[in-house]
Amino acid sequence: MGYLLPGSSTPTSATPRRTPGPAGWLLLSPLLLWLGLFVVVPTLLLVILSFCSRDPDAPGRVLYAFTLENYVRAFQPTYLKILGSSLLYAFLTAILCLVMGYPVAYFIGRAPEGRRNTLLALVMIPFWTSFLIRTYAWVTILSNQGFLNGILQASGLTSAPVDFMYTPGAVVLGLVYNYLPFMILPIYGSVEKLDQSLIEAAYDLGARPWSALVEVILPLTRPGIVAGFFLVFVPSIAMFAITTLMGGGAVPTVGEVIQKQFTAARHAPFGAALGTLLLLLFFAGLWATKPRREPEPID
Amino acid sequence: MNTMVLLENVSKRFGSTVALQEVNIEIFAGEFLTFLGPSGCGKTTCLRLISGFERPSTGRVILDGRDVTGDPPYLRDVNQVFQTYALFPHLSVRDNIAFGLRMKKLPLAETRERVDKIIEVVSLDGLADRKPSQLSGGQKQRVALARAVVCQPKVLLLDEPLSALDAKLRHQMRLELKSLQKRLGITFVFVTHDQEEALAMSDRIVVMNLGRVEQIGGATEIYHRPATRFVASFIGDTNIVEAEVLGTDDGKILCRLEGGLQVLVRARNAPPDGKILVSLRPEKIRIHKTRPPGENVFRATVISEVFKGAVDDLTLRTEGGLELGVLDTNEGSDEVEFDVGEDAWCRIHPDDVIILGG
Repeated sequence: MGYLLPGSSTPTSATPRRTPGPAGWLLLSPLLLWLGLFVVVPTLLLVILSFCSRDPDAPGRVLYAFTLENYVRAFQPTYLKILGSSLLYAFLTAILCLVMGYPVAYFIGRAPEGRRNTLLALVMIPFWTSFLIRTYAWVTILSNQGFLNGILQASGLTSAPVDFMYTPGAVVLGLVYNYLPFMILPIYGSVEKLDQSLIEAAYDLGARPWSALVEVILPLTRPGIVAGFFLVFVPSIAMFAITTLMGGGAVPTVGEVIQKQFTAARHAPFGAALGTLLLLLFFAGLWATKPRREPEPID
Repeated sequence: MNTMVLLENVSKRFGSTVALQEVNIEIFAGEFLTFLGPSGCGKTTCLRLISGFERPSTGRVILDGRDVTGDPPYLRDVNQVFQTYALFPHLSVRDNIAFGLRMKKLPLAETRERVDKIIEVVSLDGLADRKPSQLSGGQKQRVALARAVVCQPKVLLLDEPLSALDAKLRHQMRLELKSLQKRLGITFVFVTHDQEEALAMSDRIVVMNLGRVEQIGGATEIYHRPATRFVASFIGDTNIVEAEVLGTDDGKILCRLEGGLQVLVRARNAPPDGKILVSLRPEKIRIHKTRPPGENVFRATVISEVFKGAVDDLTLRTEGGLELGVLDTNEGSDEVEFDVGEDAWCRIHPDDVIILGG
């Protein structure tokens, strides 16, 4: 019964689908070549590698003999737990980015047109610094001898340093801080396109501000929310630099495990298997959230 | 008649721009009132003050006896049809129409009943499950209308709702809007820059210019008895001529128009003094081959002629050099055809020379 319920489908544009002509393919060819050489081929190599095994006599050497042992190992509880917590941290990161980023994106998107670019620049400027430096900045704030503990102890609120670093909280904080703009930008794009008269129509029809938000503004900016969510969630799952710095090995994530297989553990095939599984997970996620096509407009 | 809306000494400034200056307007219950004026005249601001999207800088807005000056739109018993319709693209026609009732938390059964009924009233049967993107312009218009009317507002506000439609549909919708208003008995407040639209539908018209009310009155009154130079020239075509008052005689004023022509004017109010402006509608100046009897008869030469089917659009020059536009209806007799260069006798009734104020 669809009666009185907000629609669950996303708005689609009325433009018909187009395929590129000969000139279009020519213009696309550099990109296609790039993607083929540096994305498709390496990914296929990774998949092949994941079915190989490690030379027991010379760790680090790959034996090109078919085996499923890497996948069997990947489904052991230890790794499933790490994958689970990685997904949880990534999900928390995306939710926190959404909660903090939406109001900012809305404010910028509804600001006077001349001021929007300035406000967007203010969001972007901090991210012109390397993310490593920004993450180290957090380390200096949160560590036991850090800024925050200094204030807490000087003011007498705590007597001993509080362990902020190397906790799941620190990992999520680092992720949220780094990925926030990836949430703000797509939502801003949706909010900016939102017709002011639609919001006015909601108020005019008796919607209080909260109802206008839930019934009209959120559904109509859904494409931005979905895009932002995935732009934050997906890279957060396998991010290893931030989790290594902020988690310090005490909070293992799947990204860290994969990275270690290719370096310290010298077990590239197992790392490749974990990577392939993540890839499959992303495809499943993409398929599950794919926007469904609506019937064409009839005039 | 009961007062439904009262704009009391309302002014509105946006920064340093004055959008409305000391406006006083009374809107009666059940009437079709139109705000008419060029863009930037303040007509849309008036509408937004009633809907609650703007608050006046000074003055009060009274709705059905209650001061709503500070109330947000969602607490006012008025609904609006937006210029761009503003239909919710993610909701079906039915859910768009039900939106207002759902916000008012009406029982589901009653909501359904009222929505079904209004869908029938505005002839949207069979389209209820479509999305707005699947509708034509005229259909969207009906949905916007239904969505507002189903809430049974005290006042329905219409912000140039016909401007996005093609000419044929626009003419048809004029009649439909008027008959819908009659049937529902709701007070309609309509905003337009199209004088034809205003004249065709309104019980009363508020003519606005530069944030002020120029004149309020019925369509015929506004056309035949314009109060100001702006109203005379904005509504229909007219000749506006400078004149000097020479004297008063038996309820008539003798004026000398520029060019020296002397005409008698019916004195309606206290006779003015000195320099004045008068309006002479082109169709009120009758032209003849031979000298007609009566007052205000003068000679003039035809200097241009444009055939427009039902009428001839002529320009005449009097002996004193005053140029006047004249409309001559083509009633089928050849004898009243005039050629360029020909002399004609003109006559205008003293009642049809309008002294303009302001």
